[in-house]
Amino acid sequence: MVYEIIVGVKVHRLELERAAGGWECRLDGQRVHIDAVIPRRDVLSLLVEGHAYEIKREQTATDLHMWVGSTRFAVELRDPRSLRSRQHAAGDEKGPRKILAPMPGRVVRLLVAENSEVEAGQGIIVVEAMKMQNEIKSPKKGVVKKISATPGAAVNPGDVLAIVE
Amino acid sequence: MFKKILIANRGEIAVRVIRACREMGIRTVAVYSDVDRAALHVRKSDEAYPIGPAPASDSYLRMDKILDVAKRSGAEAIHPGYGFLSENAKFAQACADAGVKFIGPTPHSMNLMGSKTSARQQMEKAGVPFVPGTSRGLASADEGEQVAERIGYPVMLKAAAGGGGKGMRLVHTRQELRSSLESAQSEAQRSFGDSEVYIEKAIVNPRHIEMQVLADEHGNTVWLGERECSIQRRHQKVLEEAPSPIVDPDMRRRMGEVAVKVAQAANYTNAGTVEFLVDQQKNFYFLEMNTRLQVEHPVTELTTGLDLVHLQIRIASGEKLPFKQSDVAIRGHAIECRIYAEDPDNNYFPSPGKITVLLQPSGPGIRRDSGMYEGWNVPMDYDPLLAKLIGYGTDRQQAIMRLERALYEYFVAGIKTNISLFQRILCDADFQAGKLDTGYLDRLLAKGNQAVASNAPEKERATLEMIAAIAAGMFTVLDPASAASKDKEGNTTGPAADPSNWKQKGRSEGLR
Repeated sequence: MVYEIIVGVKVHRLELERAAGGWECRLDGQRVHIDAVIPRRDVLSLLVEGHAYEIKREQTATDLHMWVGSTRFAVELRDPRSLRSRQHAAGDEKGPRKILAPMPGRVVRLLVAENSEVEAGQGIIVVEAMKMQNEIKSPKKGVVKKISATPGAAVNPGDVLAIVE
Repeated sequence: MFKKILIANRGEIAVRVIRACREMGIRTVAVYSDVDRAALHVRKSDEAYPIGPAPASDSYLRMDKILDVAKRSGAEAIHPGYGFLSENAKFAQACADAGVKFIGPTPHSMNLMGSKTSARQQMEKAGVPFVPGTSRGLASADEGEQVAERIGYPVMLKAAAGGGGKGMRLVHTRQELRSSLESAQSEAQRSFGDSEVYIEKAIVNPRHIEMQVLADEHGNTVWLGERECSIQRRHQKVLEEAPSPIVDPDMRRRMGEVAVKVAQAANYTNAGTVEFLVDQQKNFYFLEMNTRLQVEHPVTELTTGLDLVHLQIRIASGEKLPFKQSDVAIRGHAIECRIYAEDPDNNYFPSPGKITVLLQPSGPGIRRDSGMYEGWNVPMDYDPLLAKLIGYGTDRQQAIMRLERALYEYFVAGIKTNISLFQRILCDADFQAGKLDTGYLDRLLAKGNQAVASNAPEKERATLEMIAAIAAGMFTVLDPASAASKDKEGNTTGPAADPSNWKQKGRSEGLR
């Protein structure tokens, strides 16, 4: 089996093949013998030439992370053929930017009206969850094109609250 | 002794009290809101009754419903935990009127201490040192500006009924005062149903050190040592320890004696905490008295060897304190980490949701008071405190090492927690040197995440990265079906669910 695995920003090529007493593993051309078991869901016990590692898998709606000890790595498994297609447009200062609810909660109040000009970092909407009121801030300087949040409404993570252009 | 106690709370503290009751052979009655049917405190209790919808104001704050359950179940006493109704004198009075013992101080003492303004007035009379400011609520923003001008900026605005940092604002200049006062008042109104806000001179970079007291109903009051609570964020405590790194036996005795004086001035009974601000010259000022069991009570339990909940129950049942002040000895060192459901990568926003994986530490010198379990859905309606991890050792250094080890074992997935924050704090040089004040955590956080990134040396990190890559592949090979497929709500579906992209990808890769 061949995988292309992105850890952080680095692309690794991983080949795995069943072998006596475990797996033959070839990572970026480097060959190691490994043994792996899953003692419980989302936990992997990995032995690499005598070294023992416990790796925890954490998956959210959008990301996959591997925790090796206390160190967390963002991981992506990718189809090698579509490598070029995935260029992130993050950090783009031009064009409209959506403001998303970062957690489930309730909209308490709006701090600006539609079509008002805002600075980067200016509070747009106040969302309350777990007794804390959190100001959701504008990611950029611009004009608030649309506010879809209404005070009192419940929101889920990833819901679009407003759009700043 | 009581035969049955109702616990008017939820989360880890309800579980903590239920455990004490079981140890003492007392039956327990839990109450729960609609979203807490599957909560741990309900599972651990002997009896449980629903008390209404999710919002606390419709359930955990409903005195009538809770007293009704007490009556129906035949509970003789109510333990209020912390938060909710724990410092509500009206509730304590309603309990007394209903013939149910409230495990805590009398309504009279609570009224006196519950309002921070009347507490100040009382302490002025008793000659207790306190911070300059007003001893009553501000009538107007104009008055606030005048007082602030007199005592000098920066000033602190505080809700008279407050606690936990709610309704509290630090004001640096006259320009900020008006809007800060308005928001403090509105937050106080929402959180406590009382918009009274008063003003105090802000002591720059103080330490926050508190003294545990215990008083029986026969006139005996003792102090049980201090807790250092300077590590806070948004006025919310994050990590506490006992003893404080800067308090020596003489200072401890002096603080303890003032705390006992405070308690006696209020005819205080049961467990209480006297909070002090400590300036850079180690002068201490009375801040307020918390008329409840504190979140951080375990560090005092570990360093004194006492069980505060057992003692609370025994005091409430009319027993005398079973020891004298001279019997109290502080031994070893304990540090508590408050594990919150919040996202360190997203400005510590609350992070409710389903806990998909939970690996919990144990072993020597580790105590874990938890209200969570794997598969539980953390509701968004309450405080984000999930659990408390407490490390105990012969000395501070050993307590730190044990906690670091336990945090390494602790793993929570599905929701975000602040576990990584404690790993940063515990290895920080200032923390290890005991150089703490209430601005400490903001300064640490301002340094950004480099501290964590550089945790592992470069070469070791490269190795770990390779391990992560191999693990990702092995997970896919060995366990493709449970590779956490997601429905639209972001909930993880079980292993029997539709084949995920992972599985399909794994298969297509395998076919190549």
